[in-house]
Amino acid sequence: MAERVGFFTDTSICIGCKACEVACKEWNDVPDDGFVFRATSYDNTGGLGASTWRHVAFIEQRVPAPGNGGPGGPSGAGELPADSVGPGVETGADGERPGAVVGEPVDRWLMASDVCKHCTHAACLDVCPTGALFRTEFHTVVVQADVCNGCGYCVPACPYGVIGRREDDGRAFKCTMCYDRLRGGLEPACAKACPTDSIQFGPLDELLERAERRVTDLHGQGRTEARLYGADPNDGVGGDGAFFLLMDDPEVYGLPPDPVVTTRDLPAMWGWAAGAALSMAGVMAAAFLRRRR
Amino acid sequence: MVPEAEFRSYYGQPVIKAPVWHVPHMPLYLYLGGLSGGASLMSAAARLAGHDRLGLTARVTAAAGATLGAGFLVAELGRPERFLNMLRIFKPTSPMSVGSWILAAHSGLSALATASAVMSAAPASAVAARLPRRVAAALPAAGDAAAVATALTGPLMATYTAVLVADTAVPAWHEAHRELPFLFAGSALASAGAMGMLATPRAQAGPARVAAAAGAAVELAAGAVIERRLGLVGEPYREGRSGRLMRAARALTAGGGLLATVAGRSRALTALSGLALTAGALCTRFGVLEAGRASAADPKYTVVPQRQRLESGDRASTAAPARSWP
Amino acid sequence: MAECHPVGFQWVMEAKARGAKVFHIDPRFTRTSALADRYLPIRAGTDIVLLGALINHVLTNGLDFREYVLAYTNASTIISEDFRDTEDLDGLFSGYDAEGRKYDPSSWAYEGAEEEAAAGQRREQLEGGAQHAEAAGPHEYGSGGPAMLATPSTDPTLNHPRCVYQILKRHFARYTPEMVAEACGIEPEAFAELAEAITANSGRERTTAWVYSVGWTQHSVGAQYIRAGAILQLLLGNIGRPGGGILALRGHASIQGSSDIPTLFNILPGYLPMPHAHRHEDLDGYLAAAGADTGFWGRKRSYMVSLLKSWWGDAATADNDFRFDHLPRLTGDHGHYTTVLGQIDGTVKGYFVVGENPAVGSSSGRLQRLGLANLDWLVVRDLRLVETATFWKDGPELETGEMRTEDIGTEVFFMPAASHVEKEGTFTNTQRLLQWREKAVDPPGEARSDLWFYYHLGKRIRRRLTDDDIDLPLRELTWDYPEHGEHAEPSAEAVLREINGTGPDGRALSAYTELEPDGSTRCGCWIYCGVYADEVNQAARRKSRHEQGRIAPEWGWAWPANRRVLYNRASADPEGRPWSERKKLVWWDEEKGEWTGHDVPDFEKDKPPHYLPPDEARAEDAISGSTPFIMQADGKGWLYAPAGMADGPLPTHYEPHESPVPNPLYGRRANPCRKVYDRPEVPYNPAGSSRFPYVLTTYRLTEHHTAGGMSRSLPYLAELQPELFCEVSPRLAEELGLVNGGWATIVTTRAAIEARVLVTGRIRPLRLDGRRIEQVGLPYHWGWSGGVATGDVTNDLMPMVLDPNVYIQEGKAATCDVRPGRRPRGQALLELMEEYRRG
Repeated sequence: MAERVGFFTDTSICIGCKACEVACKEWNDVPDDGFVFRATSYDNTGGLGASTWRHVAFIEQRVPAPGNGGPGGPSGAGELPADSVGPGVETGADGERPGAVVGEPVDRWLMASDVCKHCTHAACLDVCPTGALFRTEFHTVVVQADVCNGCGYCVPACPYGVIGRREDDGRAFKCTMCYDRLRGGLEPACAKACPTDSIQFGPLDELLERAERRVTDLHGQGRTEARLYGADPNDGVGGDGAFFLLMDDPEVYGLPPDPVVTTRDLPAMWGWAAGAALSMAGVMAAAFLRRRR
Repeated sequence: MVPEAEFRSYYGQPVIKAPVWHVPHMPLYLYLGGLSGGASLMSAAARLAGHDRLGLTARVTAAAGATLGAGFLVAELGRPERFLNMLRIFKPTSPMSVGSWILAAHSGLSALATASAVMSAAPASAVAARLPRRVAAALPAAGDAAAVATALTGPLMATYTAVLVADTAVPAWHEAHRELPFLFAGSALASAGAMGMLATPRAQAGPARVAAAAGAAVELAAGAVIERRLGLVGEPYREGRSGRLMRAARALTAGGGLLATVAGRSRALTALSGLALTAGALCTRFGVLEAGRASAADPKYTVVPQRQRLESGDRASTAAPARSWP
Repeated sequence: MAECHPVGFQWVMEAKARGAKVFHIDPRFTRTSALADRYLPIRAGTDIVLLGALINHVLTNGLDFREYVLAYTNASTIISEDFRDTEDLDGLFSGYDAEGRKYDPSSWAYEGAEEEAAAGQRREQLEGGAQHAEAAGPHEYGSGGPAMLATPSTDPTLNHPRCVYQILKRHFARYTPEMVAEACGIEPEAFAELAEAITANSGRERTTAWVYSVGWTQHSVGAQYIRAGAILQLLLGNIGRPGGGILALRGHASIQGSSDIPTLFNILPGYLPMPHAHRHEDLDGYLAAAGADTGFWGRKRSYMVSLLKSWWGDAATADNDFRFDHLPRLTGDHGHYTTVLGQIDGTVKGYFVVGENPAVGSSSGRLQRLGLANLDWLVVRDLRLVETATFWKDGPELETGEMRTEDIGTEVFFMPAASHVEKEGTFTNTQRLLQWREKAVDPPGEARSDLWFYYHLGKRIRRRLTDDDIDLPLRELTWDYPEHGEHAEPSAEAVLREINGTGPDGRALSAYTELEPDGSTRCGCWIYCGVYADEVNQAARRKSRHEQGRIAPEWGWAWPANRRVLYNRASADPEGRPWSERKKLVWWDEEKGEWTGHDVPDFEKDKPPHYLPPDEARAEDAISGSTPFIMQADGKGWLYAPAGMADGPLPTHYEPHESPVPNPLYGRRANPCRKVYDRPEVPYNPAGSSRFPYVLTTYRLTEHHTAGGMSRSLPYLAELQPELFCEVSPRLAEELGLVNGGWATIVTTRAAIEARVLVTGRIRPLRLDGRRIEQVGLPYHWGWSGGVATGDVTNDLMPMVLDPNVYIQEGKAATCDVRPGRRPRGQALLELMEEYRRG
């Protein structure tokens, strides 16, 4: 196996140009994903899926005035009490923005390029029954299109909602981290196209070090809301091969705050299933035994 | 009533992807797999207990359920012609891989058991006549052995599907991974019992009625636990379309189960009970699939529990030995 | 910049990473705002108030870089006593001719200029205003300034009441933070932060750069916006120094090239003015009027003669004025919009549209299409069938019944064009950098390069020429390039070499200083001379920046002379020493007796800092050793433009032609010289009209390219922004009942179009003139056909109002009304328009 490589997506310098989305589609020959005006800021892509392997999220926010719990304010890192004020941005179950005043101007526009996380413990890979999904020599997770039979199991298994099944094709698709380019010694198309180096590609260890430094720098600049996501090898998926520097809570970007690889609980599940199976046999046996008596 | 949770999301869009499995393929497969599993168990017990008539029904039901179910499963695939890729490898981390092997074994065994039973029931048939004598002679024994063997595969067949759906990121499924196997097991017993009641003369269907009633009881109990234990995550089992399906399933199963206890007395009651239990089992499977969809569609079910976990300092980890593939 | 120039924006991000503070000033909160340290919302069309207030802040507080200002600008120059400022005349400068709506600029001149100017120059100054009014004047002077005294009288104490410094002070005295708040909607605290940042980051040790794009230019006062930026930067000493400057982000690839080697009607290559049919009878007369004789522009004869020799070769001799007579001549305004009106009037019969889509991309789209429909023939060269080529069968006027296909006599020739990867050649990028591209793939089908098209068109025309004298210019034209490939593609490198120029020995020249006025040299564009030095395609150099110094001189080739920072003599003090170690770029090496440094010095290499020009010196000899602005007649940076601008020597805030509020500074509401058309088919929204209460501004998005010809047909781009939308504030949406994701109809007197609604807090209502002003933003990339993403044409809404200097349309600020829902169709749409026009 070669050294583990990955993406570090530093969203604090993403300019939302979507070059990653286009470069990805160009290189990987991914079809268009529909022409829908979504009225969700400048995002007309929506999310990752079979035909979208890079997705740039746009989040319009209003940051309270300094001293009012804004960035660097008393609430500190991890909990920026910014209201999402873009229309359609739900901040509560009822979709209403608590306390937001109509006409309050947006002064923070978060942009972030999402991608397959290439998890250390990848649920899609674990649950794939055919072996179509496999771990490459770069420790990335790739679907072999010539093996996939479109069972669709990987789709709900992914804790990030990344992989999708292309219904006209029948098979599942997702980011390959440009496996072919990696084998050719090139960096993935999205990282290559990113004009501001928001998407950085390289050996995962180096990226992690760089990311830690970046967070320290940002904190030093008073941007205490900066935090890494997916960088912890002890998290629920064993750390991501593609991790992020976020400027707000993960769920604001559509990311799960504390994802778990579902197969972590698989032994327990089999245990409960075995119990149920035995009970079933017992009930059935009892049904006949009682009769005989 | 769970209080409305405050949470943030990306334009209210789902965090995870909803299952892409189609209706009616997937729930019918779940139902048929359970039916077949329960029926095969019944056939084995019937063979051992000497309930030949009920055994015949059970064998045919098991084989038909497995075959039909496999058909739906294949049709559900994005690339049905690649169904056999399921058997390329055996992969313990994939319930679908394990299930495919179970299904393969189970459908083969139940087919053999049924073939033997049908032969025995109609020894003069043209087909039997054409078989080599040695094969024809071995068939009944092989069939019985197969039927007994399905006592192993059958319960797995009925319950692995619970693991199949639970082993996903869908909160309503994953969090119910303890109860779902019992829900499905109970439902499988009820379905098989119902089919036994419907297709066997009343006098010989006694164990089927017991199995049906007991299965219904297990199903109801498991359902009740799901609702109680899951809290917010269990909401889809109570609300919306999936909630309505689950309520219908509960009513039908409860009614059918009660009727089963008294169905020995009347043909009409038997039919009513069998149909109600079958409908209940179907509603359960449709309801579970729909609950999974609803659970995936609303980011609340993904975000709120995870956020609560973080805030209570109970962050998820895989510090336990990794069980990943490979 | 992040929005429209994302690739260039990486360097802003890099600067930011190194500690630069980034301010973004824009009517809407864009992708750039998201990454800036501070975002200042501004009402579209009021930037001169902001810039003027910054100038005032610098002058009032004495924050200018005094040594720089004294030595390198015309701050101390004394102006004619006839000059009157807008403060004196309530928004007008002296010399205004109300009837002709133009200025006689003679009273703006340096003191003493009247007496000393040569007769030709004198006439030129007097005629300046008139020429501006009809021929986009400033280019009359070429890339240098207009003629002016090389050594005017000055007051180095800057106390003389008529010195430029004092005039400037008085002119901008009322441009205060309070005025910024009132006119622009920028809060005084935000202004103070900006003013503090730019002044603290200017001087010996630091520099500030301003970056602008069409948000500054597309106004009826557009050229003066840039002048205001230039004044501020000169006062702060930020011109000609590393990290300084005002950086124009030109539209897209090679827009800069298309003005260097122009597709403009009023200039020749290298900013030589286009001769006028009546004023410029011969070469001498032309050169006498074509700008200053002092400064490097004083060598204009060499540039012009070499150009004529390049075009007419051996046929151009001293005896026949180097075939000066072969050049086409101006008779007046032949700009885009006047040409369109000419089409409507039937005086323009044929039209080449190359890589443009005016039916979608130009203001007042309906007029564009009316013009197109009245032609005899139309040639459209593009990658695909753009709306300009298809208007006759599917244009919006067909739907309303204003046009019928069978009535349109225009014969349309569509010529498929090769894209930039399907042909070789250069791009000249915004920083004057020429970069050579190789061809990657063959163009599909019948698509051909522009070079192929014009070359073979020329060849075919030449085959049909007669012996008549009228054909002589074409017969004698040098039109012979090596061809290659199955389609006889002419060699782009041969063309580049011709542009570079050759000497008497036929070898490629290496610098424009080698050009001669006697016809011994040829050069297709004097500023590009050197791009083929040593017979090497210098534009094709691609040495990585990691393998060379910070200036990276071996990455492509920058005009002029591969110089990366223009006027970089200003990076050293008058004695030739760097202003600071931190900001050193070029300096005088006393020992070697020459200028040296990291960049190619923008100065005569051996002219010492203490050089003083003798009397009667001409060309560069008239420039002293301590004045860096070598293209200007006096070598100085012009804080005050004594000539050359159609609408005044100093930038002055005028409201856009269509504005919801009066001018808070003067009785004059709008630029008195702006170009408007008094014709029924060119309607305007009445100023201050309650029918059109909202400010309308237009812009581009990252996802699309201008009028969409290159992006709307590409699924990967079109899916990213599939539909035209309007951006409105949540407040306006609530007032009008606009639903996010729903439809709105935007109306002006020109058109009513429908767009999806994007309700966003990024659009901020501004409080000014005692009320709340709502702004509506519209990207303009969509058209009705020819792509997977279609939509109404935003530019149909925009008025035909032009800046008087360069004739650019006021595309960034107008007024409009907004209604919920989709627009009516057919006749009902015409009725709605009629209703709005009647009021």
